Amino acid sequence: MNKIVANADIAVQDVFDGATITLGGFGVCGIPENCIAALVKLGVKNLTCVSNNAGVDDFGLGLLLQKRQIKKMISSYVGENKLFEQLVLSGEVELEATPQGTLAEKLRAGGAGIPAFFTPTGVGTVVATGKEVRVYNGHNYILEESITTDFAIVKAWKGDALGNLVFRKTARNFNPIAATAGRITIAEVEELVPVGSIDPDMVHTPGIYVKRIFQGSNYEKRIENRTTRSN
Amino acid sequence: MALTREQMASRIAKEIQDGYYVNLGIGIPTLVANYIPKDMDVILQSENGMLGIGPFPTEDEIDPDLINAGKQTITEMPGSSYFSAADSFAMIRGGKVDLTILGAMEVDENGDIANWMIPGKMLKGMGGAMDLVAGAKHVIVVMQHVAKDGSSKILPKCALPLTGTGVVNLIVTELAVIEVTKAGLKLLEHAPGVSVEDIIKSTKAKLIIPDNVKEMIF
Repeated sequence: MNKIVANADIAVQDVFDGATITLGGFGVCGIPENCIAALVKLGVKNLTCVSNNAGVDDFGLGLLLQKRQIKKMISSYVGENKLFEQLVLSGEVELEATPQGTLAEKLRAGGAGIPAFFTPTGVGTVVATGKEVRVYNGHNYILEESITTDFAIVKAWKGDALGNLVFRKTARNFNPIAATAGRITIAEVEELVPVGSIDPDMVHTPGIYVKRIFQGSNYEKRIENRTTRSN
Repeated sequence: MALTREQMASRIAKEIQDGYYVNLGIGIPTLVANYIPKDMDVILQSENGMLGIGPFPTEDEIDPDLINAGKQTITEMPGSSYFSAADSFAMIRGGKVDLTILGAMEVDENGDIANWMIPGKMLKGMGGAMDLVAGAKHVIVVMQHVAKDGSSKILPKCALPLTGTGVVNLIVTELAVIEVTKAGLKLLEHAPGVSVEDIIKSTKAKLIIPDNVKEMIF
């Protein structure tokens, strides 16, 4: 079995107008930089993107927002992304604001064949609007539906031709669960390694979830808040 | 005298107990880490997928793959672990995190908190806050007592879209420490040089005033 494709352009070539895409990453940490650039180049429009954030104004998913390629975001945090905030407030981009843990569980459950689940998160808030509430052990829980998407695009540290993936430090974040939630999952990795060289006990994402894999290039790995101590 | 951000952080650190797993929000909550006593075993959780946050890095130690939930570069402590967002929020909702400290725009007499949007004006998103207030064993809110326009942020009922309802245990501001009780908001401490009357004046919510309101130590 060999899931290796040559580059990002080939990996995303069948992404279509109106597609739904789950993307790994937290802020701009662990984001699939190469594939996002390829989607900008491909010019696909009306995308629905599931991602915790939408990058920053000029990097990550912010690049797709700049080109108005995104119709809807399912995210937990807009934060300091001014363009994203403006587009949502003006109604140009639809935002389904989703609590971070609920978003994570929607992807985990979606990828695991569980269509919905009850969670305590968001009870009594606008997030609960229109959702079934059920009482367990005296506490309220709301019914949340899980998420699967046409594509999932993730970034890993290492991977092999079978699609086995290893993530690094907090760049893991949403990537392993995003990888499970796509009907077609594309993984870009910093380093493609020979099959058998990853200790099977150390595989974070087993290859069954990954359809295509390639070694990315020119990673910028931008830092949003460079914070240091003096000594 | 109203407390500085550092003094507020120092006061909150006194709520942390040995053996606690703690999640710190963005801003003043992050500063709390600087005031945890050195002889205390406390493990900091970062909801993007880490247990064991260490100090900020030196220039040489900066690693773009290692950030906290505020997207600041950090380091790892010996014995750290990394995990996915699903695992991170499993431990949060599952009640394994002892304490979360976060900022707010409004809190009220019921322990409701609002901290993620102002309709039509400002949209930050809830991030992990809704999960944290729903799941952590203790919730401390740290914020300015009054907004920039002079209006109270401690209200009979929150007006902004809520982050959680009936979830806040303790409110720490530059003026006071207030406990959320079943009977309502109870003033526990006042900042040095700030009178109980000043605090009542700055608080739109009804305050229960016990006989022994202590001076804040930080």
